[in-house]
Amino acid sequence: MAGWINWVALLATLVMLAGAVAVLLLRNFLAAVAATSVVSLGASVIFVLLRAPDVALTEAAVGAGLSGVIMALCLRRLGLWRIPPVTTGADDEAGSC
Amino acid sequence: MRSYVSLLFVAGLAFLLFVITGQLEFGAAPMRVGQAINQTSPAEVGAANIVTSVVLGYRALDTLGELAILFTAATAGGLMLGRPRAGAAHDPDAGFILRTASDLLFPLLLVVGLFIIVHGHLTPGGGFQGGVILAAAFFLPLLARPGTHFNHAVFSVFEGLAGAAFIVIGLLGLVYGGEFLAPLLGQGEMGSLLSAGTLPLLYIAVGLKVGTELAGLMAHIAAYEAVDS
Repeated sequence: MAGWINWVALLATLVMLAGAVAVLLLRNFLAAVAATSVVSLGASVIFVLLRAPDVALTEAAVGAGLSGVIMALCLRRLGLWRIPPVTTGADDEAGSC
Repeated sequence: MRSYVSLLFVAGLAFLLFVITGQLEFGAAPMRVGQAINQTSPAEVGAANIVTSVVLGYRALDTLGELAILFTAATAGGLMLGRPRAGAAHDPDAGFILRTASDLLFPLLLVVGLFIIVHGHLTPGGGFQGGVILAAAFFLPLLARPGTHFNHAVFSVFEGLAGAAFIVIGLLGLVYGGEFLAPLLGQGEMGSLLSAGTLPLLYIAVGLKVGTELAGLMAHIAAYEAVDS
């Protein structure tokens, strides 16, 4: 019982760390916003494991969903929403996952 | 130079966190308030979800402050980002898949959001979480059909009524219960839908306020603008 919880927590932590590093390294703003949502998603998994489903629900709804949407809409309003051509953007897209 | 300073700052912060967490036993609460609330709240408030009895019972005034903060933030965001850039192109029409998915998801999101709000005193979740889901439900048609008229007037009326309802319930608690936001109407049977007094009514007000507010904010930011290039 406790064994797989540790593995899930480890996986969620690794995903969160990868997302946080991706936010720093990605050149594309839109991909960076998606990476912040990935960090929040991992955090909500960890909140579930810590038996705080209320906080997990908030984190998933607000952190992973709403704030990402609002940041993406703000990028669009500020004129920073640029989807690069496939040839140059392939590295960026792969890095965000 | 600047990056070294920030690195030093982060290292100091990490050191402090390690010192604090090193002194705490993992999973053990450092304060006794939580244990006291765990013991007394089922008999005092009658909500099956103890988090709700804290959020809307013992710390209801904080929730009112939180609503005020959210309102201020949404207003500021709408003021800063509510106007389209000069010369921005309009949205292209969304495809068939997006439109159909939005039609299918809208009732589902509505039901899930309302369920989470109404069952806030029984199951995890509540007004804030369900309100965000409601906001997503109302924003989805705007994504699928860009250029649709979003009726800001109706949403503002609902937002104002919900915010006023929260304060009116609090004032009724002041008149009949002796304290601002004191739970009224009796506790009922714990675990049933109509229980925990006025807490479900407060959560419905919170959910409607958060949902209409965030939907209005997103509609403001998304209005009539598209990616150029």
